[in-house]
Amino acid sequence: MNDLYAWAAIALITLAATTGDVLLAYSMKRVGHVGELWQSHGLVAVVKRILSIPTFFLGVLAMAVAFYSLLFGLSWGNLSLVVPASASLTFVANAVAARIFLHERVGRRRWLAAILVAAGVAFMAM
Amino acid sequence: MTFKKYLVLAGITIFSTLGDSLLARGMKDLGGMSLHNVSGLLLAILNPWVTVGILLLLAFFASYMSALSWADLTYVLPATSLGYVLVALVAHFGFHEEISPTRWVGIALIAAGVGFVAVGPSVTPARDSSGNVTESNVRLGAVSQEPVPQEETKP
Repeated sequence: MNDLYAWAAIALITLAATTGDVLLAYSMKRVGHVGELWQSHGLVAVVKRILSIPTFFLGVLAMAVAFYSLLFGLSWGNLSLVVPASASLTFVANAVAARIFLHERVGRRRWLAAILVAAGVAFMAM
Repeated sequence: MTFKKYLVLAGITIFSTLGDSLLARGMKDLGGMSLHNVSGLLLAILNPWVTVGILLLLAFFASYMSALSWADLTYVLPATSLGYVLVALVAHFGFHEEISPTRWVGIALIAAGVGFVAVGPSVTPARDSSGNVTESNVRLGAVSQEPVPQEETKP
């Protein structure tokens, strides 16, 4: 029963974290290079610019859902299963989502990395 | 990729690993949670392990946002996923959780995946529907700084 709960938490974490990652990556690309912006306009300007982007808050909300699912998952399952399984599945889902929604060019090298990590997850769950 | 950028990537890895590990330590104190005990979940942040874990995850979030402003999501995630290997090692040597041989194989595969992506470019120029490089990535210097290898240009 605890196993079932742990995997349900893993699925929820993956969905929420992927949504959050894509929204946050989209937002930060609109902000621009944070380091350069900090040097030229100061930290306050960086924070103001980030807070002016609505999708940033949606991303944070999705991440909060992922975070509380992680708290649930950690109380039911082993640290060495829940953390790598959810995070690595998130990585594979992100490769697909980044290609579709962010138009990142996911080349042969990045797909291969996705497959290796997916296989790694399968082994860790055994 | 400058030295500072590698530092940010290292920060993401270390902060998230330590943060997750401290959270797990705190949740072990509190025992199993249930959906019927939502107030218990909210009170979890009063546990000192959980509190410090959350502070570390905030540091992780700041460095993660910084990295996403100058690198692809599909680069940042794998480049920093050595953290999962670290988590397994912390779980094994710190909390004495059992790690089976198959799980060690999984750890090795994930590490290999990290290697594959880390040697590639950190950012690919985004293209609009007609195949033109978008203005934002030209402004970020992505196109001129790190030319994309031929294999990455295939759709």
